[in-house]
Amino acid sequence: MHPSGVRTKKSAGGLVADEPLWLRVLLIGAAYAVIGLLILVPVAYVFVQAFAEGWQGYVKNLWHDPDTRHSIFLTLTVAPLAVLLNTVFGLAAAWTITRFKFPGRTLLVTLLDVPFAISPVVVGLMFVLLFGMQGYLGPSLRQMGIKVIFAWPGLLLATTFVTLPFVARELIPLMESLGSEEEVAAVSLGASPWQLFWRITLPNIKWGLVYGIIQCHARAIGEFGAVYVVSGRIAGETDTMPLRVEKLFQEYNNPGSFAVASLLTLMALVTLAGKYMLERYIAQQMAATRENTES
Amino acid sequence: MSISIRNVSKRFGAFTALNNVSLEVGSGSLLALLGPSGSGKTTLLRIIAGLEQADTGSIHVQDSDVSQLSAREREVGFVFQHYALFKHMSVFENVAFGMRVRHTPNDEVQSRVNELLHLVRLEGLGSRYPSELSGGQRQRVALARALAVKPRLLLLDEPFGALDAKVRQELRTWLRRLHEEMHVTTVFVTHDQEEAFEVADQVVVMRQGNIEQAGSPQDVFDHPATPFVMDFLGHVNVFHGRLEAGQMHLGGIAVEYPEYQQAESRDATAYVRPHEVELHRTPQGDTSLSVRVVHVNPAGPVIRVRLLSAAGAALNVDLSPGQYGELKVRPGEDLYATPKRVRVFLPDDYSI
Repeated sequence: MHPSGVRTKKSAGGLVADEPLWLRVLLIGAAYAVIGLLILVPVAYVFVQAFAEGWQGYVKNLWHDPDTRHSIFLTLTVAPLAVLLNTVFGLAAAWTITRFKFPGRTLLVTLLDVPFAISPVVVGLMFVLLFGMQGYLGPSLRQMGIKVIFAWPGLLLATTFVTLPFVARELIPLMESLGSEEEVAAVSLGASPWQLFWRITLPNIKWGLVYGIIQCHARAIGEFGAVYVVSGRIAGETDTMPLRVEKLFQEYNNPGSFAVASLLTLMALVTLAGKYMLERYIAQQMAATRENTES
Repeated sequence: MSISIRNVSKRFGAFTALNNVSLEVGSGSLLALLGPSGSGKTTLLRIIAGLEQADTGSIHVQDSDVSQLSAREREVGFVFQHYALFKHMSVFENVAFGMRVRHTPNDEVQSRVNELLHLVRLEGLGSRYPSELSGGQRQRVALARALAVKPRLLLLDEPFGALDAKVRQELRTWLRRLHEEMHVTTVFVTHDQEEAFEVADQVVVMRQGNIEQAGSPQDVFDHPATPFVMDFLGHVNVFHGRLEAGQMHLGGIAVEYPEYQQAESRDATAYVRPHEVELHRTPQGDTSLSVRVVHVNPAGPVIRVRLLSAAGAALNVDLSPGQYGELKVRPGEDLYATPKRVRVFLPDDYSI
């Protein structure tokens, strides 16, 4: 049952359609061209522009500008904090959803995807409407001395909301497929809930958890839209790194803007490398386990 | 530790898993919960363990009510069908788990784990991981793990179901011997009649959330209380006929049935075991059915012969190799079948 006109032959990768050479070159070339144009060239350009004023200029832009320094500090505190909150939430949500049956469970799983579905700008607007001075909770919170909008709590809220699903979505299918038998066995042997979590659940989900955290972190660092709306753009106070990039660009400070952008890109590349190494490690582990069970 | 199950019911939505079940398990006995899927046997086991909560009724262990205790507090050893070993821990740590969570001192843990590994004949495999073991070995680790904390009860959920026949056989003998050494009250669930009979002192036959019969394997096999029990424990031939004055009339013949002496004739269904039917080449008075051989299955220690009566009823007869050798039964031959023993369950006593 082969498509007419195409001979098939076995090659290293299995059955390969014996397409004419020119077609193969064209398709593969097109793939490379697209990746090159849309990804490699722009990323390289970021670094070229960042170093337009040389190494000295690069350091000056990143370090000697107090507003830029503050933006780096802000991103590096808000993002990890958001990731921490979402890790705790993700673990709790995955545990509840996969180990218990309760009314509204399916709805809860669907609701978890809402942060993905809503446009980030709308997310920001949502928080302004809730916590802003014209909003529901704004005036009462202000009376208590708590400022959410145009202050870092707002940034944290917005970032946390937007990255909410990552850890949970990674853990839910993992914990479903693992099943609760080991945990039930542990309970029958006398483990307390904490011992159960620490000794049995966590070791089994650790790679899924790390994967979810990596993805959550990558997204949290780069969040722009939601944070833009809630931050008020106060330089030196509520500008995160992505916002700083945009502000510097608006001020026609290309080297500065691209310097911060290069730092963001570097962080993204490091995250990608981590993700890749993790995937390889897990694949190796699974291959080793398979060999053991089949021997 | 005796177990007393009193009026336990459990429903899952519209499905009744257990229907007002009561049972007494003697201290130190080895009891099998036997039945087809959906009979409620696993649900009952899990309720005893505290892994499920009964809707009504109570569980008592050695006269104290444990119904409100969590699984953790009941000190029950549980062995799962698919072992549920901790994949990321070594065999040693698996067996030690119950002691580790109780913060038992390390040297005590060491000696007890080694003792148990010796008991289950896995010494030297302590540093292996579950993925490196065979099914039979894994189940032995699961058993050692359950026994490590000196449980009051040992509960096994179809423990040998996932293993192949030979290993199953070994582990059955093994469980029996272990029980004789340790005398822990043990309850296990199985759908395999042979397994229940080989291992247990007491057999409880369950069906659709009810206990059909409880007793020793011999009792339950020789004196089944209901047609279901008789049919579940081995094969059975079913005949519809009439009971009258000490005789069962079926298929044109009469078989002695002294248990019913009334003159009043009534409809009844008779059950005959395949090995309680004799085959002859000549009729044996008026107690022989005229039959034709349809198929002979000569495989194994029992020769199964399928026959068809003149009235069109199917009949299964088991012959010993000796009997088969004498008779030399061939398909298509006409023979005479004499039921030696029938059991009758009167229509208003049961429903099938």
